[in-house]
Amino acid sequence: MIALLLRDLNLAMRAGGGFGLGLSFFLIVTVMVPFAVGPETELLSRIAPGVLWIGALLACLLSLDRILALDWEDGSLDLLATAPLPLEAIVTIKSLAHWITTGLPLVLIAPVLGVLLHLPANAYLWIFVSLLLGTPALSVIGTFGAALTVGLKRGGLLLSLLVLPLYVPTLIFGAEMARRGASGLSTETPMLLLAGISAASVALLPFVSAAVLRINLR
Amino acid sequence: MTLTVSDLSVARGGLPVLEGLSFDLPPGVAVILRGPNGIGKTTLLRTIAGLQPPLKGTVTGAEDQVAYAAHADGIKLTLTVAENLAFWTRVFDHTGIDDAIESFNLTALRDRPAGALSAGQKRRLGLARMLVTGRPIWILDEPTVSLDSDHVRQFSDVVRRHLEGGGSALIATHIDLGLEGTVLNVGPFKAAPPPIDDFDGGFL
Repeated sequence: MIALLLRDLNLAMRAGGGFGLGLSFFLIVTVMVPFAVGPETELLSRIAPGVLWIGALLACLLSLDRILALDWEDGSLDLLATAPLPLEAIVTIKSLAHWITTGLPLVLIAPVLGVLLHLPANAYLWIFVSLLLGTPALSVIGTFGAALTVGLKRGGLLLSLLVLPLYVPTLIFGAEMARRGASGLSTETPMLLLAGISAASVALLPFVSAAVLRINLR
Repeated sequence: MTLTVSDLSVARGGLPVLEGLSFDLPPGVAVILRGPNGIGKTTLLRTIAGLQPPLKGTVTGAEDQVAYAAHADGIKLTLTVAENLAFWTRVFDHTGIDDAIESFNLTALRDRPAGALSAGQKRRLGLARMLVTGRPIWILDEPTVSLDSDHVRQFSDVVRRHLEGGGSALIATHIDLGLEGTVLNVGPFKAAPPPIDDFDGGFL
């Protein structure tokens, strides 16, 4: 399992691995929004938590079709399926690798980019915590979508259509938590719900993804 | 470990392609599958490897015993030859990278990225993977595609050594590998076309 994780991280770092893809997309969104909205600091700081969350979610979405499709194309998914690793472990590791290469960098850079959006001073911590709690769910749900569309050529469109509705609860509670934190309100309820979504996805979805993958590999 | 296939029917895309297949694959034996294109050799091998469920019949003795080599080699182009093998070695919790590299004449290419290999060299790397799995039953789907004649011979030697070591192999191929093995022509097992289900007819 560690071998698979290390291989995926290694592949992501090498040429054409797509490590910077989500990160640069996120950067573009947060840099462009102030230009588009205009230099009204009050408006910007009000929408900043939501914009950061949307940016992170779309950046995640951008790299989803790479999770399993690359392995499927070169045949290694078939070989992995006949290896001693259970498919549940394989999809869990794949989600984890996706989170480390896409989700984690977003979590770390979001507070920095918050400066560009005039994020209120007390919101930095909440943006960081909400993304940290929410992005694992994005990766795991995304892996489920990737498993559903794995055999399809150019499955990216279908993948985004399938995954977006599943992302909505994470987005609602994540952005709500950051927004409430920014306005100094209590964040407990959205935080618990967000953590609940992440925990439930991480616990249950790998089994669903593995079952779907088994059918798609036939 | 003997692989036993009894009364196996396999389907591709929901349609049966081969039916009523039975054979044994005891240790030390190679079974060579023959048959025209499209008859269902790959489907049969995938079923035995456990990638798809059989339509009917059973495959016993394959669980966690088979190493499968498909048409695609499963090579990561940005990893080097040695790194590709090292990954599979760790996945299968086995050893023998150096032996695998030597057996398939890849020593000079060891540190070259797999993306820079020719088709035949990639195939050799794909086959070298079988050696690092440590699995006794090899399932090979047209393993000699894009190999030159010297390397076909070398590959036969590797398989022969594997058989002598108590392993077994199930090989679908169209060429003569020079292996002493049972030849199984799957042509006669072609599934009869399913009766046309006219259920929808009345509605059309």
